[in-house]
Amino acid sequence: MDSDVQENAYKASDLIAQDIDAYLVQHQHKSLLRFITCGSVDDGKSTLIGRLLYDSKQIFEDQLAALEADSKRVGTQGQNIDFALLVDGLAAEREQGITIDVAYRFFATDKRKFIVADTPGHEQYTRNMVTGASTADLAVILIDARKGVLTQTRRHSFLVRLIGIRQVVLAVNKMDLIGYDQARYDAIVEDYRQFAASIGIEDFLAMPISGLAGDNIAVRSTHMPWHRGPTLIEHLETVELEVEADQAKPFTMPVQWVNRPNLDFRGFSGLIATGVVRVGDAVRVVPSGKTSTISRIVTLDGDLSEAVAGQSVTLCLADEIDCSRGDVLAKADAPPQAADQFEATLVWMADEALLPGRPYWLKLGTQTVTAAIQPPKYQINVNSLEHTATKTLELNAIGVANLSIDRNIAFEPYEANHSLGGFILIDKLTNATVAAGMLHFALRRSQNIHPQALDVTRQAHAALKHQTPAVLWFTGLSGAGKSTIANLVEKKLHFLGRHTFLLDGDNVRHGLNKDLGFTDADRVENIRRVGEVARLMTDAGLIVITAFISPFRAERKMVREMMAPGEFVEIFIDTPLAEAERRDVKGLYKKARAGELKHFTGIDSPYEPPEAPELRIDTTALTPEQAADLIVERLLGQDGFAYVI
Amino acid sequence: MSYRTLTHLERLEAESIHIMREVAAEAERPVMLYSVGKDSAVMLHLARKAFYPSPPPFPLLHVDTTWKFKDMYAMRDRMARESGMELIIYQNPEAKARGINPFDHGSLHTDLWKTEGLKQALDQYGFDAAFGGARRDEEKSRAKERIFSFRSANHRWDPKNQRPELWNLYNAKKAKGESIRVFPISNWTELDIWQYIHLENIPIVPLYFAAPRPTVERDGMLLMVDDDRFRLNPGETPVNRSVRFRTLGCYPLTGAVESTAATLPEVIQEMLLTTTSERQGRAIDHDQSASMEKKKQEGYF
Repeated sequence: MDSDVQENAYKASDLIAQDIDAYLVQHQHKSLLRFITCGSVDDGKSTLIGRLLYDSKQIFEDQLAALEADSKRVGTQGQNIDFALLVDGLAAEREQGITIDVAYRFFATDKRKFIVADTPGHEQYTRNMVTGASTADLAVILIDARKGVLTQTRRHSFLVRLIGIRQVVLAVNKMDLIGYDQARYDAIVEDYRQFAASIGIEDFLAMPISGLAGDNIAVRSTHMPWHRGPTLIEHLETVELEVEADQAKPFTMPVQWVNRPNLDFRGFSGLIATGVVRVGDAVRVVPSGKTSTISRIVTLDGDLSEAVAGQSVTLCLADEIDCSRGDVLAKADAPPQAADQFEATLVWMADEALLPGRPYWLKLGTQTVTAAIQPPKYQINVNSLEHTATKTLELNAIGVANLSIDRNIAFEPYEANHSLGGFILIDKLTNATVAAGMLHFALRRSQNIHPQALDVTRQAHAALKHQTPAVLWFTGLSGAGKSTIANLVEKKLHFLGRHTFLLDGDNVRHGLNKDLGFTDADRVENIRRVGEVARLMTDAGLIVITAFISPFRAERKMVREMMAPGEFVEIFIDTPLAEAERRDVKGLYKKARAGELKHFTGIDSPYEPPEAPELRIDTTALTPEQAADLIVERLLGQDGFAYVI
Repeated sequence: MSYRTLTHLERLEAESIHIMREVAAEAERPVMLYSVGKDSAVMLHLARKAFYPSPPPFPLLHVDTTWKFKDMYAMRDRMARESGMELIIYQNPEAKARGINPFDHGSLHTDLWKTEGLKQALDQYGFDAAFGGARRDEEKSRAKERIFSFRSANHRWDPKNQRPELWNLYNAKKAKGESIRVFPISNWTELDIWQYIHLENIPIVPLYFAAPRPTVERDGMLLMVDDDRFRLNPGETPVNRSVRFRTLGCYPLTGAVESTAATLPEVIQEMLLTTTSERQGRAIDHDQSASMEKKKQEGYF
């Protein structure tokens, strides 16, 4: 068998030696397959990858000499070559504490070039494997023939299914160690088939192999004439590529960059995610919905008449319509949806656990927006596949949660379009990538509001008080004047006979929220509870006034969405940082500057000013008294913020 | 429907272009490190494709050691002219003042001119993202390198604090002072690079092709006597040999291989038939086996 391998390799070498031009033409027309191997060291993963590199002659003589020497010195295969040594070397790095999520290896055959994602590690396995699998067309799930389907086989398969790899190879390895026993092999495959069906893997290709001996890798095994299927290499060379399957879908392209060298040229650059685009095609910009037609497909090598998924191009439109980075250009009559609330699966990848309600950056395609994650609905145990209740997601946890973002974005369910359904979450303070996510579907607001019908309705409560309930949500820096102005507003409304209640930060923390500290999680929970309380008070018909820094747009948006439409009135107490710090009523800025207070808004923690508050109060231009008058006047007066008393 | 199967080079090209556009869109002040070698040549070519008809929206930075081959300087100036990009040439003034050279100063030469020079240049111009032409197939330690590699404000690479990269979503967020090294040709192999140069007719330094050149043999390496700064040891006389270079760096540190491959197909043929891995020609890697990891932590590419 080894002589066959040698023979194949020599054929390629002969072509290189005798007709390099012919060889170059052949190499030029290779396609590219990316795959991942799933299994631990014990399953022979490194040996298999080493064998693939070796059989496809990707190993140089100096490396081979080193390999042979190392095999004798530290190898585990006696005098034979230990293929695992070709790809290992990660173990030592792991001992040094170096984070390795994925190592990429390259090899090629006559038909294709391959990129293998190799994911070491046990503890970090979920994070590593999801990372490596995210770019893979195919997964090779390795099973040790002596052991059969194990918990970790189920875990690998679940992750493969989760990340949406459609091509699955079940490689039953180490067949040489069970005497190439067909009955044992058949039993393992049948066992796996039942499990795979249960997690939604509809199709897979099973093959008996030996990475060490080379059976059914590059050449058909003479030890297993009973196996009729292709070798692993044959299968890898012919299996359908994801990028080809994507061509059958409607055209979508996230816009990366607007190309504007001069006033006469305006092009939209991007990597085509799905479908085919031709000059003359009608396209739609999502989320704005504007339409136009493709006038040119521009590349340095000349204009194209069509381009397909997987190509990076620059598209020109026939009309001058608004389109910028973050928008998606799509087939006009089959555009992606636009929404701002979703259900998604999250894979948590950071040491710091998920903080529900806290704002994160969400990057999907070329769109970067602020997202707040609701407490997870459940967590999925990757070993038992059971759903369990949880309040957060720790490193390597997988869960399902709703999330809301600060504006509409274009999306597709991940199952339908990986480019428009897969996203990452980024911590706003550390800038670390903390999670990978896969969108399921958009939520409708009506599903979330008013679950319980009561006999004495909120309308009845409000009618009795002759007022329309509202939440006056004051936001601004510490020392901006929120509490002072809020207090004045309440006094004035009370004097005018309105039923009000003021929720002040310090007071709430002495009671309802006295169990909360000032960690990020607690701050978010603080706001969430205040929002819930305010919501109940509006149900009771009250005008609620709140005074909290509430620095993040996502949190304020979260509260806004708890309320009935129109009842949330965001009042931005706009005081420049320098001015607030100059006033420093409570001496807090001084402490923060001295490093005694951590995560102090404006100093070492950001404040995100409202983009469209119902009312902005410039405290450098108005006294607190004037500000309070203005707010009351707008509230009770001429429908200042679409509010009728 | 019928599919149009993209070749692996088309896929790699599209990926590299996508990476460059992400950086142009998200970084405040990107720069392309241009070392004049074949990988830089491909990277520059890809940048021109990515932004056509605009010129690439960033300058080229050559961190110069003053010890490159003459042919490299000629090619550098030509490519800057043809691409319409600004070329920034940076030479570490301290290395210059101290007369640091590869004959007297060993690894200090690389350290001061290249590693320190790069840090100084990035700081001086305030670049927050720098494209580099490193590839994952070059050696084991690069197989796991990310495409976006983060550096602290003092340019340290913290291997324990790198970000997972999923799909083609790159997280380019960073704090003030921090910077990113971006490797847009990570997934190309040496053969891919050569094949692409061949297909796209990309100009490369003539040193990659065999020609008679004055050389001396020293410590098992063939060194080219490129100018009269080369110090000959007693008994050494330059001999004209037909040689070419597989990688290019400072000429007194770069080993040539004897060859007659004078055309691109012949070079590729020789590359495929000879059987030593690429970096063997560079003296810099022979210092210690784990040297690349260490150099990377210090800020070298």
